[in-house]
Amino acid sequence: MNPQHSDLNTSILSETTSAMSARARWFKFDQRYLAPLFITCILIAGQLSFGFLESLSRTVLAIMTALVVELVVARLYWGQWPHLASAYVSGISVGILIRSPAFWPYALCSAISITSKYVLRTKDRHLWNPSNFGICVMLLVAPGTVASLSIQWGNYLLPMIVIWFLGSIIIWQFKRFHICATYVLSFVLFALVRSWITGHPFLAEVAPITGPMYQLFIFFMITDPKTTVQSKRGQCVVVFLVALVEMLLRLNESVYAPFYALFLVGPAANLVEIWWCSRQSALAPAAKLT
Amino acid sequence: MNRRILGVLLCIFFLALIATPLVIKRLSERHEPIGAATPCDTVIARHGFCFQEVAKAVGLDFTHQAPSLDPQLNHIMPEVAAMGAAVSIVDFDRDGWQDIYVTNSGEGSQNRLYRNLGDGAFQDVAAAMGVADVNQDNTGVSMGAVWGDYDNDGYEDLFLYKWGRPELFRNDQGRGFMRVTEHAGLPPWINANTAIWLDYNRDGLLDLFIGGYYAEHLNLWKLTTTKVMPESFEYAQNGGRKYMLRNLGDGKFEDVTEQLGIHSRRWTLAVVAADLRGTGYPDLFLSNDYGVSELYINEGGTYFKEVGKQTGVGFAPKSGMNAAVGDILNQGQFTIYETNISEEGILLQGNNLWVPSVSSAGDQLKYENLARAMGVELGGWSFCAQFGDLNNDGYLDLYLTNGFISADRERNYWYDFSKVAGGNSAIISDVKHWPSMEGRSLSGYQQKRVWLNDGAGQFFDVAQVVGVTDTYDGRAVALADLWNRGVLDVVVANQKGPLLLYKNTVVSDHQWIAFALEGNSSNRSAIGTQVRLFWNGLEQVQEVSGGSGFGAQNQRRLHFGLGKQPHIEKAVIRWPSGQIQTLTAPQIGIVHQLKEPA
Repeated sequence: MNPQHSDLNTSILSETTSAMSARARWFKFDQRYLAPLFITCILIAGQLSFGFLESLSRTVLAIMTALVVELVVARLYWGQWPHLASAYVSGISVGILIRSPAFWPYALCSAISITSKYVLRTKDRHLWNPSNFGICVMLLVAPGTVASLSIQWGNYLLPMIVIWFLGSIIIWQFKRFHICATYVLSFVLFALVRSWITGHPFLAEVAPITGPMYQLFIFFMITDPKTTVQSKRGQCVVVFLVALVEMLLRLNESVYAPFYALFLVGPAANLVEIWWCSRQSALAPAAKLT
Repeated sequence: MNRRILGVLLCIFFLALIATPLVIKRLSERHEPIGAATPCDTVIARHGFCFQEVAKAVGLDFTHQAPSLDPQLNHIMPEVAAMGAAVSIVDFDRDGWQDIYVTNSGEGSQNRLYRNLGDGAFQDVAAAMGVADVNQDNTGVSMGAVWGDYDNDGYEDLFLYKWGRPELFRNDQGRGFMRVTEHAGLPPWINANTAIWLDYNRDGLLDLFIGGYYAEHLNLWKLTTTKVMPESFEYAQNGGRKYMLRNLGDGKFEDVTEQLGIHSRRWTLAVVAADLRGTGYPDLFLSNDYGVSELYINEGGTYFKEVGKQTGVGFAPKSGMNAAVGDILNQGQFTIYETNISEEGILLQGNNLWVPSVSSAGDQLKYENLARAMGVELGGWSFCAQFGDLNNDGYLDLYLTNGFISADRERNYWYDFSKVAGGNSAIISDVKHWPSMEGRSLSGYQQKRVWLNDGAGQFFDVAQVVGVTDTYDGRAVALADLWNRGVLDVVVANQKGPLLLYKNTVVSDHQWIAFALEGNSSNRSAIGTQVRLFWNGLEQVQEVSGGSGFGAQNQRRLHFGLGKQPHIEKAVIRWPSGQIQTLTAPQIGIVHQLKEPA
């Protein structure tokens, strides 16, 4: 299978080819562009209203790097030009989520994100959400240059409601709303548990999910179909586990708990599913024979 | 190419990408061959100067106390009551020796006025002079002080900005101070962390600008609401109002803030005034916490126009805490240094060095942030920073102090801080939603920075080598030639820590010149006067300031380092009145006492 179709790092993207509904067919707009369009709207609205980027040039650098690396690697590796929607979303996610006074981390994070899709794969699937992998690597190996504490939406309610509303509609279209809903409910549940354990105000524990970082995390990372399991129930279980691991990391005062939780749980779930599918495939002929 | 080989090459490329940050870090580390315990002589030979901390030895026995605010703030008291240690330099008795005023912030605590005895020692005369007992819970506590001769009698008067009732003390010819707050018509209550004297309309009378931090309706000792925190970590506009108080000349001040177009309610922590556009009028740069910086250009003394975004300084919101200007490239233009927060792996705002673009000037003024390129970007939780030629080599260096809360060394508050800071405004703005600090540190025990300007566009940190080894929670820094030796010494005020005095020793063949200015038709403090010095093909401009940096004020006197074997062509003095005075080949190695020609 060609990764240019499979390695899309949003739910919206990779669902498209296989799950074009009848409704989508008459809806002439190529839905692979919905995610890039949505995240671009977030970027433009945020930049115009809040000037929320570290700088526009850094974000452009992240996007351009992601596109160039995708083009070059896909061409070399698969011998054909890739569709660039996925790389665009990765680049723009990096450009928004990474914060650094320097330029090079933006380019490097994008390059690592895209390359990871081609290197860290098994059974024709990549294991990590690309931008999640890139951001985690940068936070771990370049803590003196990179951070991701993002308060870009100004902590205000209205932008948050707009993003949640639009994001939910789009995610609903692609039948992935259950992932977001499960995660949000799990997060709130575990916030309650954390509050009980630490004695900190419940609202303090809930506070992070009201911030902009989580909007990107929820709509663009945890819903990535190629780095989540296939079954609906499995997807819910996985994001519940992500929230659980995040809680454990938070109890250990990890600032970037959601990124690290997905970094740990996502690939593990994928590997389990791949192993399970292989086992089922191996057992099926045997069962037929008997 | 074979697919397998491609895969291997891709893996190598991938690993190389991951290793890149480590390689960059390694390459960017400067290896300093001289160890921290190196004798001063060796350090001087290498860098041209060396510091020795002598505060106690010379009689500066001061330790700052923090306020105890409303009990509703108890769980995050160290974070809220984290400011108030300030220092300003003044020659209050006109004896030719620079004196030191330091503020205290505990209820009932005393401020200190250290008189320079001229024999190497200092003596606290604050109580005798009537400027010590100014910190009470019913009238508030000191956050800082600035000196300016508002009545043009030749003696510097004292304005004390507070969380509480601000105070103005008129200097009675160096014999004592008279409290004239009510007569002056100052605002009844402010929660301010910065103020400066300036003559914004060039009428020869010093005006006063005050930058509010917490909203002025809040009495932090008797809170009627717990919603006292910023509504946003980066876009807050619920801070204190600003005041531009015009000096009417009869001891009274008039609030002209609104009519001058200053409407900001950002959380201002520092302000600096300087003629940034060559108009003759002082512009205002506001360094704001929880938001973008603001640059107010002065339109002929009748209006201030905010041009932060147009000039490039008001775009990226950070945690501005300092504003100081200096001509670091010896090109006759001011660069602005603004400090922010940098904590490895958590929050890397980076400090800003706003350098005017080469092609920009006047109304087309644009700034570029060259902090990273010039090596002065990361300074921890940075507070005050001041420009000054510390080794008299002819280039302005940069002294920065830092550190927010030094408590438990093993546990820090960053996780909880980041948790709430990213939340919705309803959560972040209410103190009851903030987790308890429980004795934890927040960017504590930080190493200071003494950035040496190499004259070629790079600064490098020599703090540990030249003797600046303290790790107190630094707030304010003031530079002054305390013993009239032709070198800049450094006084540092630390939150809940001791006052430090770093006595400077500079290599003998580095020359200097200084100018002590007194206005005539201009304000007598000569605040706003520019001296442009031309020597050895270089040009450096300095301006007399009525306050610079977080909670600080340097000596009024302008000090120029000249390097080795200088040949001074001329010094051009532009007084606030507009009068230009030129000194041809002024003598080096002395303080020129200049009075504005009648």
